[in-house]
Amino acid sequence: MEEQRPLTSRPVPAAQPVERVENLKVRMQTKSLSVYYGKKLGVGNVTMPIYANKVTALIGPSGCGKTTFLRALNRMHDLTPIAHIEGEAILDGQNIYAPGVDPVEVRRKIGMVFQRPNPFPTLTIYDNVVAGLKLLGVNKKSILDEAAERSLHQSALWDEVKDRLRAPGMSLSGGQQQRLCIARALAVQPEVMLMDEPTSALDPISTQAIEDLMTTLKEHVTIAIVTHNMQQAARVSDFTGYFLTGELVEFGPTNTLFTAPKDPRTEAYITGRFG
Amino acid sequence: MATVRTQSRPGSSPLYRAFGDRLFAGMVLVLCLLIIGIVVLIGWQLGVNGAKAFAAFGIGGFLGGTTWDPVANVYGAWPFILGTLVTSIVALGLAFLPALAVAIFAIEYAPRWLGNVLSYALELLASLPSVIYGLWGLTVLVPFLRGGQQTLFLWASDHAQWLLPILGNPIGIGMMAAVIVLAVMVIPYAASLAKDSIALVPSAQREAAYGLGATKWEVIRMAVLPYARGGILAGVILGLTRALGETMAVVLVIGNNKNLPFTLFGPATTIPSAIVNEFGEAQGLQLSSLLALGFILFIISGILNLFAAWIVKRMSVDGRL
Amino acid sequence: MMRAPVNGNLRRRQLWDKVMLGLLILGSLIVVAPLLLVLGKVFVTGFSAINLAFFTQDFQPVEAGGGGLRHAIIGTVLMNLLALLIGGVLGLAGGILLSEYPDHPVNPTLRVISDLLNGLPALLKGLVIYTLVVITTGRFSGVAGALALGLIMVPIVLRATEGVLKLVPWSVREAGLGLGLPRWRVILSLVLPAASSGVITGLMLGFARAAGEAAPLYFTAGGSQFLNFNLGQQTESLALTIYKYANEPSPLRVEQAWAAALVLTLLVLIASLLARWVTRAR
Repeated sequence: MEEQRPLTSRPVPAAQPVERVENLKVRMQTKSLSVYYGKKLGVGNVTMPIYANKVTALIGPSGCGKTTFLRALNRMHDLTPIAHIEGEAILDGQNIYAPGVDPVEVRRKIGMVFQRPNPFPTLTIYDNVVAGLKLLGVNKKSILDEAAERSLHQSALWDEVKDRLRAPGMSLSGGQQQRLCIARALAVQPEVMLMDEPTSALDPISTQAIEDLMTTLKEHVTIAIVTHNMQQAARVSDFTGYFLTGELVEFGPTNTLFTAPKDPRTEAYITGRFG
Repeated sequence: MATVRTQSRPGSSPLYRAFGDRLFAGMVLVLCLLIIGIVVLIGWQLGVNGAKAFAAFGIGGFLGGTTWDPVANVYGAWPFILGTLVTSIVALGLAFLPALAVAIFAIEYAPRWLGNVLSYALELLASLPSVIYGLWGLTVLVPFLRGGQQTLFLWASDHAQWLLPILGNPIGIGMMAAVIVLAVMVIPYAASLAKDSIALVPSAQREAAYGLGATKWEVIRMAVLPYARGGILAGVILGLTRALGETMAVVLVIGNNKNLPFTLFGPATTIPSAIVNEFGEAQGLQLSSLLALGFILFIISGILNLFAAWIVKRMSVDGRL
Repeated sequence: MMRAPVNGNLRRRQLWDKVMLGLLILGSLIVVAPLLLVLGKVFVTGFSAINLAFFTQDFQPVEAGGGGLRHAIIGTVLMNLLALLIGGVLGLAGGILLSEYPDHPVNPTLRVISDLLNGLPALLKGLVIYTLVVITTGRFSGVAGALALGLIMVPIVLRATEGVLKLVPWSVREAGLGLGLPRWRVILSLVLPAASSGVITGLMLGFARAAGEAAPLYFTAGGSQFLNFNLGQQTESLALTIYKYANEPSPLRVEQAWAAALVLTLLVLIASLLARWVTRAR
């Protein structure tokens, strides 16, 4: 949980090379994306790019709509009958909300990791990781083994579990379970990985481990992360979007947003005047 | 407990409190021990009173004996044990999939109002008295079955004579009717338990499966059912227990035939129905044999109940259902 | 790096998804059908069979008009009320022990025993009362019947009581103890009244369940053709009557059985509706 910070301090972003945005590839782009719960607007009119192989952080106070926005990116709101979406979310040139697009397909390409680790408790570590692949019809042991090993390497869990892949998934610690969930999501090789406050339920050491792994992970997959911890956003992300009461207030490269925000509301939030 | 100055309050002397507390707790305890004692007593009474039969024929002799003849004063329990097991297991086999289906449907697919309606319907079906199912079975189901059985029987006597001994007498009353009535009775019971178990699966589990790109059924198969399997299995076992002990519904439609072999259409028997049928003027060894049958039922029912509780503990994910 | 897996089997999976939904609906219909069939028959045939005589007359031979089931109704009510006293007190005690004295060493055993009792066939409860009471007193009686029915009620009342007592917030007990009330006063005067509607619901459900039982009464109350208010004698009950009349050749008797079935069904229906209503008004 964040404490109130003195007015003048602000999070210090990790030193990152300032690339020219025009040279970057856009993996996902939303156009006026809005999420309604019945008549109530959850988050509205968001037009935002998510750059390929970068980490994009979504920050803002509780209830600002950042999680609502994130979950719209892989059509998780389809599961809520009263929710409906307006606008577009475009992945590699195709609007995922276009009629005829199968959400199951979308979710294979856009994976998700949740706030509390949720491995399947009745499955072993190995079975957890390959669960998604089996859905796709992959059966050959050699392919599954290779995918499991690769995913566990990518989520920095391999060394800790390589000798006990048949152990129950729940036998791991909280931080390990979360990395297991990351590996599970990675196994189906999504193009984008959405993370909904993935470290908020973890201890500081596990949090550190997962933050560290994001730097290498982004080489393989595009990451969008919701976090209520500004310092975390400053540490790990390349781009940041600030949300407030259901709208995107400002978006830009992380070090710019944190050192020289354009919007006074952004400034107020990151200097801790409220949160 | 807070220490409060009590001298000024009437009737609140330490004696009143301590004595009152001890008396009350003691009374409650005595009543609870009575409950425990009664259950033990049930087993004890049945066993002791049935001992004569076990002594007369030997335990194995009684359990395996196939003759039940009040005239010759020879009693064997096997036809009843077999009948009980067959009818219950087959009924459960019939009931399992529909019960699971409605449980899954009510929680995972149905809109809220429909889920509530289904819940209530299941509750109602499960609490309907056994005799009413028996009455319905006898007056509605049996005539219905009779027609179909007779058709099949006639067909078989023309084309498949070898089937006849398996089919048995197509009178409607018998094994088939009993199994169907039992299945109808067990379904709501097992379905309620399964439904409760499925409802307790955390939504985070479903979300994990959806996040991987699973279809709705795959989510149920991968995330919901394994998580709920302890409760579902317990529901199956408890449904079996219920079927084993059903008396009135079965005795009205099963036909009371103590002679093996049982046939598909023909009359059969179970332990509870035998106890009711033979009870009339039973004395001495016959009565003792009936009570011995009751004892067998007690043991089977007790073991299954304990087994179900153990299953829930072993297979449940976090110690709850 | 391996190529990303192609979702080639997606169409097959979606098809399978729809097939399963169809099967689930089919299964649900199979479950709901008997509800409609059985209840439908109960209401249709029962209503047409019910008449004034049903409630006002006792047993009469078929030739004399068949009479009614007044004796069975009264018998059912009396026996079940007595049973409620027995089973209700025991069940309440059990619920209180489990809820208010949660660390008591007897608790795990009591829980197991209560579940065992719940799963035990009602027939056996009747048999044990037969051996204990009927044989020793030498006759069937309404009291014996009530004892057997009470046993049936115990686990139902126990479970309901424990559940509802546990829902009473701890602050209620704290308030009482803080006022200097002894523990037993707190339970009787504060906690139980707070949970009264739930407890009454449990009693009601136990009553409705026991009222529908016939097997245990077969061995204890014995049945009777006469109206009697003395439970020391053989007594009739609605459920027992259904059993006896179902097998009779006379259509009049079968009709009376359906009328009795209707009454019992309404009792169960009302009890469970009330129970739902009471527990919803939280």
